[in-house]
Amino acid sequence: MRGNMGKEYETVIGLEVHVELATRTKIFCGCSTAFGGAPNTHTCPVCAGMPGALPVLNRRVVEYAMAVGLALNCDIVRDCKFDRKNYFYPDNPQNYQISQLYLPICRDGFVEIETAGGSRRVGIHEIHMEEDAGKLIHDEWEDCSLVDYNRSGVPLIEIVSRPDLRSAEEVMAYLEQLRLTIQYLGASDCKLQEGSMRADVNLSVRETGASEFGTRTEMKNLNSFRSVRRAIENERERQIDLLEAGEEVVQETRRWDDERECSYPMRSKEDARDYRYFPDPDLPPVYISQGWLEEIRDRQPELPWEKRKRYGEEYGIPDNDIEIITGSRRLAELFEGASALCGQPKKVSNWLMVETQRLLKEQGMEPEDIRFSPEHLAGLVKLAEKGEINSTVAKEVFQAMFDRDVDPESYVEEQGLRTVNDEGALKKTVEEVIAANPRSVEDYRNGKEKAMGFLVGQTMKAMKGKADPGSVNRLLKELLQHWKMD
Amino acid sequence: MEKTITDETIEYVSILAKLTLSGEEREQVKRDMGRMLSYIDKLGELDTSGVEPMSHVFPTVNVFREDVVTNGDDSKNMLKNAPGEKDNMFMAPRTFE
Ligand SMILES: [Zn+2]
Repeated sequence: MRGNMGKEYETVIGLEVHVELATRTKIFCGCSTAFGGAPNTHTCPVCAGMPGALPVLNRRVVEYAMAVGLALNCDIVRDCKFDRKNYFYPDNPQNYQISQLYLPICRDGFVEIETAGGSRRVGIHEIHMEEDAGKLIHDEWEDCSLVDYNRSGVPLIEIVSRPDLRSAEEVMAYLEQLRLTIQYLGASDCKLQEGSMRADVNLSVRETGASEFGTRTEMKNLNSFRSVRRAIENERERQIDLLEAGEEVVQETRRWDDERECSYPMRSKEDARDYRYFPDPDLPPVYISQGWLEEIRDRQPELPWEKRKRYGEEYGIPDNDIEIITGSRRLAELFEGASALCGQPKKVSNWLMVETQRLLKEQGMEPEDIRFSPEHLAGLVKLAEKGEINSTVAKEVFQAMFDRDVDPESYVEEQGLRTVNDEGALKKTVEEVIAANPRSVEDYRNGKEKAMGFLVGQTMKAMKGKADPGSVNRLLKELLQHWKMD
Repeated sequence: MEKTITDETIEYVSILAKLTLSGEEREQVKRDMGRMLSYIDKLGELDTSGVEPMSHVFPTVNVFREDVVTNGDDSKNMLKNAPGEKDNMFMAPRTFE
């Protein structure tokens, strides 16, 4: 990016990404992590920070952290432990957050990203395990803060990248790759909007070619891919403007205001960065044996880039389909499951690429929210393939499947949607339609091809959509030709 | 020899601890902290060369729980410890700017 004074600037970005793990219970107690409970109904003395309560580590948290670390090419730290990060804030009832500073569970990994500029490696500095904080709600009436500790103690991993990113595009690609990988591992659903994935952006600018980094700021409160992008663009410009005006960038934490699309510094007291970390004496260290590590490695599912490669070799579907289908764990599961059951990967892919995408968009849903099963999708493909339903009916059945996961076989039966293959009944209907529409017949006879469409439509309507349009067309043409000769 | 704690240190520590100290309290805390740190300094007299740093005093590792929900809604009891209560939430001093 070029400043007003003709200088070229480079943006240097590092990301801290918090991911909420998909465990059933919290990191240090047996309270549920389920969303949507009434305030404080998922709390106990441990996660509400009562004195004397004893935290006990959830094994699943360690296993998810290991799985993510392995997928991101990290070294697993075989002797790791927890530390206390001390600060006072009502969302943190213990007055410290249990986190990992000295010996985080994963170190030195990388993520491969693709942008228009080609493919690049982004370094992972470390991944550590920690607990989430409670939720504060401001009460205008009482002029106080109300605290709900249901989220307090929900397990998080924080993935800290190296300052290897250079543009908003690269940051988007990096976040997307993290999201997809972690979803495949089943370690989190990674929804930015719902807060199960959160990103803090560390950003500085420097003149292109400079060897030293500029002073960086940290941006918080980014809760959508769009706000990450906007915040990066905005902060880059703000810092360049400062440098061009001969001023200095202040190292500080800034809060992004999504509505006003600007950021402002957080109060310095809030920003007192002396957390006086020390080892948590309540939690014994974690030792990861070779055997445990191998067990986790063996359990790793096929990851997105591996799937992409295999689809290309195995299924013979277009690259664009591969990209979209492997871009969601749910779509990939549906595709593989249904293809195995019906043996028609191209047909399955077609349903996932066209009708599924249309309905997802129409209903503002994510692929992960799809309700229908691979069995039902395969069933639909088979029905259409055997000619038992025509393509219009197939779409109608699909819609019902998409809405409430109906079994296509029994739905077609119940609704009486099976194509009528009774030639006699169809012929009778076609004759009735011809007799009832002399004007259209006349038009057709005078060369108006459009009239044929109308007659087909009338026949389909009379057959309640259950006829095969090809047969209707053929029969109409035959009978009309015959009629003309009279 | 007793450690001397500077005014800057006391100022900084009181910000971190969210304490407001009167002039008299400040002097008292300075003396106490100096004494405590001098006492801790006794450890420096030990020869620890060749001793591995340790973070825990018990030789235990890997104390885990399985990922099974064991706690139900105990909010009535939990809120008994709240300084104030409203809508099943803990009432705390205002934190928003
Ligand atoms: Zn709890």
